[in-house]
Amino acid sequence: MKDLIAKLKKHYKLTEPDYRRADLTFVTAQKDELRSLLIALRDIEGFTHLVLLTAVDWLEEGLFQLTYMLNNRAANRTLALRVMIPRANAVGDTIHDLWPTAETYQRELREMFGIDFPGSPRVNDEFILEGWTDMPPYRRDFDSLAYSLQTYRERPGRVTHDPREHMKKALYPDQKPEAAK
Amino acid sequence: MMFNLKTDRSQYPQPGPDGKLEIDLETGKYLKLWQGPNHPGITGNMSVELTVCGDEVVAGKTHVGYLHRGFEKLMERRSFIQVFPIVCRVCVPEPDFNEYCYAAAVEELAGIKVPELANWMRTLILEMGRFNSYMMFLGGISGALGLGVVGQWMTYVRDLMLDRFEELTGARIYHMFILPGGVRGHLPDGFAGRMEEVLRTAEKYLADVEKVMFRNAVYKRRTKGIGVIDPKLFEPYGVTGPNARAGGVAKDLRKDAPYLVYNELDFEVQTGKDSDIHTRVDVRYRDIHQSIALIRQILQKMPKDGPVMAKIPNVLHWQIPRGETYIKGESSRGEYGYYLVTDGSGYPRRINVRGPSYTHAMALLEHLIPGTNISDVAQLMVSLHTYPPEIER
Repeated sequence: MKDLIAKLKKHYKLTEPDYRRADLTFVTAQKDELRSLLIALRDIEGFTHLVLLTAVDWLEEGLFQLTYMLNNRAANRTLALRVMIPRANAVGDTIHDLWPTAETYQRELREMFGIDFPGSPRVNDEFILEGWTDMPPYRRDFDSLAYSLQTYRERPGRVTHDPREHMKKALYPDQKPEAAK
Repeated sequence: MMFNLKTDRSQYPQPGPDGKLEIDLETGKYLKLWQGPNHPGITGNMSVELTVCGDEVVAGKTHVGYLHRGFEKLMERRSFIQVFPIVCRVCVPEPDFNEYCYAAAVEELAGIKVPELANWMRTLILEMGRFNSYMMFLGGISGALGLGVVGQWMTYVRDLMLDRFEELTGARIYHMFILPGGVRGHLPDGFAGRMEEVLRTAEKYLADVEKVMFRNAVYKRRTKGIGVIDPKLFEPYGVTGPNARAGGVAKDLRKDAPYLVYNELDFEVQTGKDSDIHTRVDVRYRDIHQSIALIRQILQKMPKDGPVMAKIPNVLHWQIPRGETYIKGESSRGEYGYYLVTDGSGYPRRINVRGPSYTHAMALLEHLIPGTNISDVAQLMVSLHTYPPEIER
């Protein structure tokens, strides 16, 4: 994989890669070079299979990480390209014309993370949620517990525990939480 | 007025210069027809919005969301061990793949080495799961074509395998047997013998399926040459697993990127040529026999004794350094993978499930549907072997 990264680095600005396994590498690319990089990987380097496209919310850093994972089956190599985009007015470049299946991924990212992909077919159509008006739910600042408490009624007589605290008490009944460490 | 549906297209609306059809419901030439979400010819809780002209489907849109439980989000609120009861529930018929992929991802990021026997046990569990998933598939495809009896036989055979699951793991559907670090236990005494009985019964029933289904004239007429996926579409549409193998592309991660102990096992990738519904079912039918052979091989070759669980940190205080990884495996439907991102805390930052149905039941199905007959939609959809929970994790 090092040979491929060295080759790509001649033409594209890539960060220091994370060689996770012999067959899996993560590397961060620039947003404006993404399309050209994806086409080069698909058409020249044999990375024809789009394994997945998803986002990671780095709320503290104010960034979304888009992960484009590509696979070259013949060489048994998987390369994941990370593209960092600002969380505010998050916009990605659509790649549905390179891989038609990316349309579904982009629809999901639009709905769940609020990342727009202008030009992607049906990107504003409802995908999984129906009539959702709140913040995109997979963002880190969406509190699913607070939402549930607000939206649904608590059943009377029901006792709930925080699972982690409950297990600590069950396993170490005589000890304080600090001593259990 | 009588006209030949196959050759005379004058009664059908003509596509525009760009090859696309202008669908105007007001003209009265089209009808919207919903197949699902509650329909015998649908795979699980999803629906397809069909636009039909006569009995021909001119457009189809997949609708999901009937089963959304926000698993990926829920997992972010749970410690690494608490995620376990959730992962298996992503896929009912073959939950073990979720357990394996998640466990292997955690092990990789936490630097845990799994004992050899545990890898053999995991392979055994995955093949048993594959067998069960195929049983549900055969029942589904036969049901979609009105051969209900095959579904009943397959449910019976699957139940026998569930007995073995129960014996080994204590649970029938959601086993939670594969944990980070290894598996929960050893094989019970006499397990191999009882498994052999199940496999022999399965072979007997599969021979009957061969007679009533594969030699059935109606079945052949309704599956041969229908629902053909052009092999050129495999890469753009992310087609993997038996759907790709039926088109002559020997995509099988057990061979392409061997994991667990698959490189120590002797097996061949089952492929077909025609890429139609019949071939896809046939490839899976041969894969079932291969799974049976693999289960026998694993039970014969696996070490008889040894540890099955590595030492793992205290799960209540388990923190994993910042990192990300992707673990994949060949499930009964194609490439199944878990993308795990950790941030150094005691909780996962992000877990993304890459289920094969995500590509097969959405973009691919919507591409295949136009031009089919209404009555063929059910078997076309089932032949792609999709499970909606993988789409709306």
